[in-house]
Amino acid sequence: MFADYTWTELGSIFAMQGFAGLILFSVFVLMALGLAIIFGQMGVINMAHGEFMILGAYVTYLCSNLVEAYAPSLFGVYFFFAMALAFLAAGALGALVEWSLIRHLYKRPLDTLLATWGLSLILQQAYRSIFGAREVGVSLPNWLLGSVPLTDIIEIPINGIFVMVLTFVIAIGVYFILFRSRMGMQTRAVVQNRVMAGAVGINTEKVDRHTFALGCGIAGIAGSAFTMIGSTGPTAGQLYIVDTFLIVVFGGAASLIGTIASSFAISQAQSTMEFFLSGSMAKVLTLLTVVGILMLRPEGLFSLKIRR
Amino acid sequence: MRRVKDIVQSRMSRRSLLAGTAATAILMAAGTVSPSFADEVNTTGLAVTDDTVQVGILHSVTGTMAISETGSVQAEKLAIEQINAMGGVLGRKIEYIQEDGASDWPTFAEKAKKLLVNDKVAAVFGCWTSASRKAVLPVFEQYNGMLYYPTFYEGLEQSPNVIYTGQEATQQIIAGIDWVAKEKGAKSFYLLGSDYIWPRTSNKIARKHIEKLGHKVVGEEYYPLGHTQFNSVINKIKLKKPDVIYAIVVGGSNVAFYKQLKAAGIDMTKEKPLLLTISVTEDEIRGIGGENIEGAYAAMKYFQSLDNENNKEFVSAFKEMWGEDIVIGDVTQAAYLGPWLWKAAVEKAGSFDIDKVRLASPGIELTTAPEGYVRVHENHHLWSKTRIGLAKTDGQYELVYETADLMEPDPFPEGYQ
Repeated sequence: MFADYTWTELGSIFAMQGFAGLILFSVFVLMALGLAIIFGQMGVINMAHGEFMILGAYVTYLCSNLVEAYAPSLFGVYFFFAMALAFLAAGALGALVEWSLIRHLYKRPLDTLLATWGLSLILQQAYRSIFGAREVGVSLPNWLLGSVPLTDIIEIPINGIFVMVLTFVIAIGVYFILFRSRMGMQTRAVVQNRVMAGAVGINTEKVDRHTFALGCGIAGIAGSAFTMIGSTGPTAGQLYIVDTFLIVVFGGAASLIGTIASSFAISQAQSTMEFFLSGSMAKVLTLLTVVGILMLRPEGLFSLKIRR
Repeated sequence: MRRVKDIVQSRMSRRSLLAGTAATAILMAAGTVSPSFADEVNTTGLAVTDDTVQVGILHSVTGTMAISETGSVQAEKLAIEQINAMGGVLGRKIEYIQEDGASDWPTFAEKAKKLLVNDKVAAVFGCWTSASRKAVLPVFEQYNGMLYYPTFYEGLEQSPNVIYTGQEATQQIIAGIDWVAKEKGAKSFYLLGSDYIWPRTSNKIARKHIEKLGHKVVGEEYYPLGHTQFNSVINKIKLKKPDVIYAIVVGGSNVAFYKQLKAAGIDMTKEKPLLLTISVTEDEIRGIGGENIEGAYAAMKYFQSLDNENNKEFVSAFKEMWGEDIVIGDVTQAAYLGPWLWKAAVEKAGSFDIDKVRLASPGIELTTAPEGYVRVHENHHLWSKTRIGLAKTDGQYELVYETADLMEPDPFPEGYQ
């Protein structure tokens, strides 16, 4: 299939395919991190994850409209405020949901699945009632559009680079919160042994709320960033949920390193196969491979070894 | 039931024997209550009275499809309101019963049955996806209803119980490909679509036609509905360097595709490659953003920017009813035709009976359609022009070409299946 092309063309295309894979990897990590924190640290299956993302997207949409109308001079940098606001809004909603719904269901994991699914339907209809059923267009500052041409053929999308940098920053941030801060230590203690953690004076309820809010907040940032590459509509969250779960389950539910490793594996497999096969076929093969590996390793790629 | 009726009748006759004048008075009183006048135009028990006729509107206003179907609902309500303002149909005001298909195909079938069996509506305006139409089709055929279906679709269907007010695939595709081949000198095409029946059938027709013209298809690809990552296929397109990207991507994927195409440095205004789509109306551009799709061409029958008197009136009436910043796409306009075509057929038939309306439908013409003149074909599709529009940053299309003649609808194209 490559007979018609010169070596430079092929080289450039493979370089661009490499970037495409890396961008997909960043997108996957960004959308899965929030879910992995909630699922891994609390065992809660948050079916409304996509809707928290879309909340972030709508916050970005509102910000872009407000800034365009009242402070056009700030338009170039509004995206950063929007992401911060998206984090706060999704985190606050997450805390509220944890307090009103999730905490009553910790002992019934399957019920949380149903409850959060119900929540996702409620949120979708709420978005539809507030913002209308149609998709909204989020206007972006000019510097985020377009691409950087490296050679004649190789062009790197700026929004792709932005997502890569953002993912890196957020992943480092999550690492510090979970492994280098007091809150993270408490969270890990609660994961390992809730009763003992409570006995030594950790307020487990508070830890739960913060963890859930953190996971939702990161989903909000992801949603905000995805306004650059995807659609913003009441049901757009559903577009991400399957891939997100796939990544978290494949990586091993309790391991953040697992999430990153599985994002990398799936994104590279997917983008390579998409290049050689058709899109639908690539998806089928990716899913089959994941199913195959999960049959051999039901706990996922990485699993946390703790005594139960 | 029959026994009660017999008794009533025998009593009546006995009474009338005993007191003739009194009985006549009672019968006359009964006569004014029962809709005797409506009977003449309605012999099959539809929901028609002397001053009203009930119709159904069946679209998704909740769920994933609400995004697309909202415009159709708005158009149908506008048409109904305008018809009522002109005095209704056969002197009767149209009342609509709106049901929500909820983006769920079995729900569509259930609601269709409710409209036909319980509400006995005289016509239904509704459905959007082919899947929902296929789900309600057996219901309409079994209970003999009349459906006006607004969406451009893949063809390969013709039901006595459906009038298709959108274009079928050949009308949309062939004129578009002829145009890029002739006017833009396009010789190689890359076909791309979401993975379901409409894009696949349409691309089949497109490929056949491209090859018939002696040109080349250099790639054909499908992505699952809702796919959001198109970087790989964009790289492939860059490698193959086609003259035309022929895109039939739908829904949320659309937004992702055009944003990523732009981000990957493909500037469609340079037309290298040129992008031709049959799936992006003004409605979709709102989600995509005009700056992301500027320079793309679309082949369909209607654009909001069409410069004719009918359309100007339609657009201003639509905006007056639904708000200034609303946009109107191809399907919305086709949905608007539904109630008008039905009204014309009913008036030609002089009756609301489904069978008479069906017989009267072929040959019905609308000179007041926003898209211009349309006529119903024997095969229940519309004769209509196909137009090419160029997408601009403000989210509108600028008309660059329209076929000289009406395109004949051909839902079962020979050799293209």
